[in-house]
Amino acid sequence: MILARVVGTVVATRKDPRLEGKKLLVLKPVTPDGKEEAGYVVAVDTVGAGFRETVIAVSGSSARMAEGCRDRPVDTAIVGIVDTVSLDRKE
Amino acid sequence: MYLGRVVGCVWATVKNACLTGHRLLIVQPVTPELEDKGRRIICTDWTGAGAGELIYWTRAREASFAFLPDEVVTDATIVGIVDTIHVDRTAGRRQSGEGGAAC
Repeated sequence: MILARVVGTVVATRKDPRLEGKKLLVLKPVTPDGKEEAGYVVAVDTVGAGFRETVIAVSGSSARMAEGCRDRPVDTAIVGIVDTVSLDRKE
Repeated sequence: MYLGRVVGCVWATVKNACLTGHRLLIVQPVTPELEDKGRRIICTDWTGAGAGELIYWTRAREASFAFLPDEVVTDATIVGIVDTIHVDRTAGRRQSGEGGAAC
């Protein structure tokens, strides 16, 4: 799983019927200390995340195990909204 | 499976129902020489690992198998705490010396 920040939404009218009603968000991966990493990813939202929130994203076939994503063509799902991240002092 | 070190944890109140009750730890992947390598990831924890501990973790769909019969939505799980590591440091050199095919 990775940490990511919600940076946008995706609207798609024509899509797989099994994705109908699913919110698609654009995520920017971030490090645990909040710095942005390379690349973007589009994810299905299962928790009601909002713009600029830090979230936890699951990728690969595990994403299909998320409640609301079973048997749907999904390879990245948002499964949690981060409250806090705590790192060891050394880090 | 991969080696890593626990470097922190993540708190999330709003979670997918399949993640309820699971601890989420931040893991820094490390080499067998214990040097940091690659980006830090979030793992579910099957072992009860604590801060700073050396662990091994598994990724992809298999990560959720640790919790069977529960279906936990995870793509990275800590499945063991490392006691000791022994690495034959001459192995790579010997191989490249013999055939030159070490990668």
